[in-house]
Amino acid sequence: MSHLPNETWVKACEIGDIEPEDVIRFDHEGRTFAIYRTSDDKYYATDGLCTHEKVHLAKGFVMDHIIECPKHNGRFDFTTGKAQGAPACVNLATYAVRINGTQVMLRVS
Amino acid sequence: MSAPAIEFDYSLLGKNAKLAEEKGLASADWYASPIPRKRLKELMQRRNGPAIRDTLLWFTLLALTGFLAYHFWGTWWCIPFFIAYGVLYGTASDSRWHECGHRTAFKTTWMNDVIYEIASFMVIRESTSWRWSHTRHHTDTIIVGRDPEIAVPRPPDLVGVALAFFIVKSGPKEFKRVARHCLGSLTPEEKLYVPESEWPRIFLVARIWALIYAGIIAWSIAIHSILPLMFIGLPSFYGAWLMVVFGLTQHAGLAENVLDHRLNSRTIYMNPVFRFLYWNMNYHVEHHMFPMVPNYNLPALHAELKDDMPRPYRGIIETYREIIPTLIRQRKEPTYFVRRELPPTAKTAANDPGYAHARPAEPL
Repeated sequence: MSHLPNETWVKACEIGDIEPEDVIRFDHEGRTFAIYRTSDDKYYATDGLCTHEKVHLAKGFVMDHIIECPKHNGRFDFTTGKAQGAPACVNLATYAVRINGTQVMLRVS
Repeated sequence: MSAPAIEFDYSLLGKNAKLAEEKGLASADWYASPIPRKRLKELMQRRNGPAIRDTLLWFTLLALTGFLAYHFWGTWWCIPFFIAYGVLYGTASDSRWHECGHRTAFKTTWMNDVIYEIASFMVIRESTSWRWSHTRHHTDTIIVGRDPEIAVPRPPDLVGVALAFFIVKSGPKEFKRVARHCLGSLTPEEKLYVPESEWPRIFLVARIWALIYAGIIAWSIAIHSILPLMFIGLPSFYGAWLMVVFGLTQHAGLAENVLDHRLNSRTIYMNPVFRFLYWNMNYHVEHHMFPMVPNYNLPALHAELKDDMPRPYRGIIETYREIIPTLIRQRKEPTYFVRRELPPTAKTAANDPGYAHARPAEPL
């Protein structure tokens, strides 16, 4: 995979750090992210905080490609960031993820 | 020198709304009992089976009691069937509204949404504005000036509480609200917690409701009988009493302005019939702490967390033995509230001021 010269990739975690169909938190330089692993071992990343009430999604519930916020059950498709209906009305930002050996790499810029 | 009078202002636009923000009580971090992530994930799993079974049973019972009430109409025998129909309509709809509003009852989203709309109509809670109101209730549970769903503000209006058993006050208030929504207008408080993008949906649903009610009333007038209204409309009132019996147990008389659901919510043991009607909302502390856990898994969640919880109540009667004297006392002593005792095994640092339960539970 080729990368643009101004892209910044950082290691978010090891692939085994996330259970299948689950999510973990990753903080980097004052920003917070949610890193997801699907049941078929694909990895995704979004902003960490729900766009509704700024609750961290890493304590949420992953169902297929949906993350449910732990506080108000707002839902997002974490592969696209699309909000799935009230109380989640504003889409989540998503970030590119790639696997480098056993490392989950996140493109932060 | 006498102490300054305390203002019991529950408005979301009043002085206490601002104070709650200043004191860090708005949109705050709440205490959550420790539970292994793996176990919580198991308990959060959604299934369609339990909710489909319960919904089929609910609709079957509604049809059966409704048919028998219709069959015996004009005789005294219709009364017990209307009582049963009313409870299934005006009480059971509350818990269906609640669980499907959280979208946890069914695994399939549209099933939650369909039952949510039906139950909202039955319990007379306009679906969109109440979804947002309930969202705020979960953000700021029993925080004065923030929570729009505080059932018994202090000092308690005991006549109002008594009238609530047949939603004599809240029912007409909701109809007034629906009328306002039909005209394309929201209350100032609704504008606080409902995003503008959701307003058109509120107006649409209110107009659909108005058409349904107009149709039922016209039908009753046309046949010179109250019978159609006995099946749609009036059961929201005459069947609400058990909903209120259940609902008051959730928070009435407990602490305000704390950030720990163990101190402002109750978990009560109930018999299987009540748990069917109430869809396990009696595990209310657990529900507030982990709202992603579906109702059919709340007993298992309770078993996981009970060592970190105050003692659950042994039933409705024990609960009302606490609530009734508390509300009467709060008439004269509005700062009084029931202090829930945490067990010695509770896995919290009681002296850590960062924990909500160490906060003084005082009026703002």
